[in-house]
Amino acid sequence: MDMLKKVRVALACLFWIGITLLFLDFTGTLHTYLGWMAKVQALPALLALNVGVIVGLVLLTLVFGRVYCSVICPLGVFQDAVSHIGTLKDKKPYKYHKEMKWLRYGVWVLFVAALIAGFNAFVAILAPYSAYGRMVQSLLQPIYIWGNNLLAWISERAGGYTFYSKEVWFRSVSTIIVAGITLIVIVGISLKGGRAYCNSVCPVGTTLSFFSRFAMFRPVIDNSKCKHCKACELHCKAHCISIKDGSSQIDYSRCVDCFNCLEKCKFGALEYKYAWKKDSSPAAQNDKGRRAFMSGVGMAIGAAALNSIEARAQKAVTKMDGGFADVLPKQAPQRTIPITPPGSINAKHFHQHCTACQLCVAACPNNVLRPSARPEHFMQPEMSFEKGWCRPECTKCSQVCPSSAIREISREEKTEYHLGTSRVNLETCLSASGTTHCGKCAQICPTGAIHMVINEESGNRYPVVVEEICIGCGACEFYCPVRPISAITINGRFQHV
Amino acid sequence: MLAAACAPNIKKSSADNSPEQMLLRENPVSGDKVSLLGFGCMRWPMIKDADGKDIIDQEAVNQMVDYAIENGINYFDTSPVYLQGQSEKAAGIALSRHPREKYFIATKLSNFGDQSPEGSIQMYHNSFKQLQTDYFDYYLLHSIGRGGKDAFNKRYINNGLWEFLKGEKAAGRIRNLGFSFHGSPEEFKYFMEEYDAGRLVWDFVQIEMNYVDWTHADGVRNANADFLYAELEKRNIPIVIMEPLLGGRLAKIPENIAIQMKAREPEKSVASWAFRFCGTYPGVLCILSGMTSMDPLMENVQTFSHFQPLTEEELEFLEQMATQMMEYPLINCTNCKYCMPCPWGIDIPGIFHHYNKAITEGTYAQSSAQKNYAKLKKQYLVSYDRAIPTVRQADHCINCGECLSHCPQSIEIPGQLRRIARYIEDLKQDLLD
Repeated sequence: MDMLKKVRVALACLFWIGITLLFLDFTGTLHTYLGWMAKVQALPALLALNVGVIVGLVLLTLVFGRVYCSVICPLGVFQDAVSHIGTLKDKKPYKYHKEMKWLRYGVWVLFVAALIAGFNAFVAILAPYSAYGRMVQSLLQPIYIWGNNLLAWISERAGGYTFYSKEVWFRSVSTIIVAGITLIVIVGISLKGGRAYCNSVCPVGTTLSFFSRFAMFRPVIDNSKCKHCKACELHCKAHCISIKDGSSQIDYSRCVDCFNCLEKCKFGALEYKYAWKKDSSPAAQNDKGRRAFMSGVGMAIGAAALNSIEARAQKAVTKMDGGFADVLPKQAPQRTIPITPPGSINAKHFHQHCTACQLCVAACPNNVLRPSARPEHFMQPEMSFEKGWCRPECTKCSQVCPSSAIREISREEKTEYHLGTSRVNLETCLSASGTTHCGKCAQICPTGAIHMVINEESGNRYPVVVEEICIGCGACEFYCPVRPISAITINGRFQHV
Repeated sequence: MLAAACAPNIKKSSADNSPEQMLLRENPVSGDKVSLLGFGCMRWPMIKDADGKDIIDQEAVNQMVDYAIENGINYFDTSPVYLQGQSEKAAGIALSRHPREKYFIATKLSNFGDQSPEGSIQMYHNSFKQLQTDYFDYYLLHSIGRGGKDAFNKRYINNGLWEFLKGEKAAGRIRNLGFSFHGSPEEFKYFMEEYDAGRLVWDFVQIEMNYVDWTHADGVRNANADFLYAELEKRNIPIVIMEPLLGGRLAKIPENIAIQMKAREPEKSVASWAFRFCGTYPGVLCILSGMTSMDPLMENVQTFSHFQPLTEEELEFLEQMATQMMEYPLINCTNCKYCMPCPWGIDIPGIFHHYNKAITEGTYAQSSAQKNYAKLKKQYLVSYDRAIPTVRQADHCINCGECLSHCPQSIEIPGQLRRIARYIEDLKQDLLD
C-alpha cells in the first residue's frame, strides 16, 4: 500500500515547506496564503483557545491516529528527513523498544505544570512547532536573507525592483544558542533514532497519544498472513511494532502513521483499516489557561548599556565641503518593564500564551521585535527601537501569531493600544542642555504627545510627554539623535488597553 | 562664419577665434586670452582608499586635465574647501605636469569657519603649496553676498585681509582679484556701489548664470542672473560663470521639455543649449563646468570648439522652457556639498537628488488611486533605501539649522527635508489622496 505512504509524504512535504517558508519570508506576503498552517499547530491552537482547531485535531487523531505528527508537525517531518538520511545505508534501521513510560509521562506532567505555573522557558523549549520555528528563524533565516540580498544586488544592477535588501542582524545570542542546541539534540536523536523524541519527550505527541490509542483507522497486522519476517518492525521509526510468534502487536499510542510498515510488508499482512470495536470518545482536554506568574525570581535585566552623552555636534573650525559624519549605532536602554507587541493586550495574557516560536520576529518589517533574554520571559518577543519603530500602518505580528498571544488587531484598533510610555532624560537631551536646537521627538511623535517647553532659567527648550496620549510606538526613541542611547526612551506597560 | 549666427542685439566679441578651435575671450582688464570653457575643480571623481575614506581619483583627473589643456582649456577654478579639502592638491599635481604659462589658476579665500587674519593668511599660503605655484592668475573672495555689508566687513575688511590681498596683488602674487557671489540683488548692489566709489576695485566677478536663473532665480534671496550680468557688463567687469548647468540639472531635464529641445535641434545635446546660452553673452569671459569624467569633457570641448551662439528667437524659446521647468516642484540643489557634512549625518544632496530624479522622470506616486500606485510606491521606497542609508534619510533631520548658512542657493534645507519626509511617510501609510 505504498500509495497511502506517497500521499502522506506529499502532504508532509507541503506542510513542512510551507511552514519553513513562513519563518523565512520577511516580506510577509506568504502569510496571506499559508498563515493557516501555523494556526493549525496543536499547542498554539490550544493557547489561542481556537476551539475549531482543537476539536479538529482531536477528531483527526481519534479517526486517523497520529497523522498530525507525520504531516502537520514541522519538527516531526524534519526528523523524518534526518532519519531518512541517517539510515540510508542501513538494512535494519530500527527495532522494537518498550514504551518509556516514566520519561514520557513525567515530561508531560512537568510540561502541564509549567504551562499552569507560567514557566514559559520550559514550555517554549519543548513545544515542537515553536522549537522548529526558532531553529528556522535564528539559524536559517539569516542565510535566506543573505541570499535575498545577493538577488537584490543583482536586481539593483539590472535596474529592477523585484528584490530589495534587508538587514541581517542577530537579535539575541541566547536564543540562537538555544536554537543551535535544539538542532544538535534533535538531529542527534533522530539521525539513527527515528521518532524517539516524539514518543519519549514531546508533550504534544504524548497528548495526542491519549487519543491515538483509540483511533478508528490504524495500521493492523493480519496474523494469518504475517510471516514474521520483521520487515515492518525493522522499519518502524516509532519503534512500536513488536513481531513475536503468536502475538504481533503495534503500540498505537506511539504509532505516528508514517506508513513505512505498509510499504515494507511483502505479504499483504499490514493494512490501514477500520479498527474500532467498542469505544468511548474521551472528552477533549481543555486547558483553561495559566495563573499569573508573579515574578519573584531575580530579574537580571540583560544587556544593560551604560548611559553616555554623545556630543554629535561637530563644529569644524575649518569646514571642508563634503563627506559624511559618522553615525553611531543605537543601543537599547534598560527597560524595567519589557514592551510587548501591539495586540498582546496585557503582559499576563501575552506571557501565558506565547510559545516563543519567533514567527512574529521573522515577520516584523521594522526590526522592532526580538526574543527576550530575560529569564522569566526567555525567548518571548519584546520590542526595542534601535533599528526601527512600530509603524502605524503595520499589524504584521498580530496577523501571524498562531497562539493569539498577539491578538489580531486592525490598524485603527492599534491606535488605541498604549504599549509603553516615553520618558525624557534631561541630562542627555541636546535641546535641554543647550547643545543644539532639536525638538525631533516633538516633531515626529505621531500622536502629538510630546511638546517642547522653555526652561525659564536657562532659556533652553526641553521636551515633555503627555503620558495619556503616548502610545509607546518608539518613534521618539528611534529618531532621537543622541547615540548610542537615546535621550528619550520607552518603558513597557503591563496593560495596553 | 560666426557673425551670421549672431542676432543683431548681441554684440559679437572681437576676440572670438575661428570655430574649429576652443573659443577664447579676451579679458578687457588684464588682456588674458581665456578659454570660454573653464574647468571647475569641485566635481572631480572620488574613490575610496584602503581605509574606506574618500580620495580624489588622481589618475582620472590627470587624464582629464591633459585632455583639457591639449584642447585649449586654460582656466582652472578650485578652492581650499572643495572635495573635502583635496581639490587644490589634486589640481596642483595635474597641472604641474604642464608648462605654467599654459594655464590660469583660479582659487579662493574660503575662510568660512575661521575668519581670523592668521587662519585666513595661513589658508592663503597653503594654497600656493598645494597648487605648486608662486602666483595666482585669479583669486576670489569666496561666496560673498549673504549678510551684506556686515558679514563682508567681518570676513575681509575689519581683519585687514582686503588690504593684505591688495598688497599681494601689488607684489605680483595675485594677478586678478575678484569675488564669487551668492545673494540678493540688494546685497549685490552694495558691492557695485563700493566699486563705483573706488573703495573696492574688482578685476572680475564670478556669478551664477544659466537660462533658468536668468529670470527665474528665487528673486528674494537670490538675484536673477540678468540683473547681475547687466550690472557687471555696464561696468566692463569681466564675468566668470558658475552653475551654467544648474548643478547638472540642465543636462537632465524633464522629458517633455527635453523633447521640445530635441525637436528643434536633433543633433545638439540638451546640455549644449545651456552652454550656448551662457556663451551668447559677450560680457562672459569664462564658463566653468565641473566635469566629472571624460564624457562631458569631450562633449563640452566639442560645443565650445564649434561654438554657435543663440539667436534672439532661440533665447525666447529657452525662456519658455525655463518657465515650463518651474512647474515641477523640484528642489534647487546643485549638489555643491557646502552643507556637508551635516553634523547628524544626513545625506542632504543625496536626498534632494533622489527626490528631483523621481520628479523629473515622473516615477513618483501622486495618488493612492493611481493605476500603478503599488508598483510606483515600491519603486520609490526601494530606490530610496538603495540610494540613502536609513540613518541618513530625510526623516532623521532634527532641524538644528546648521546647514542653512552654508547653502549658496539659500535652500530652506530643513523645511525641504521635512516636506520630503512627509511625502514618504504618507506613501508608507498609503495616505496619498
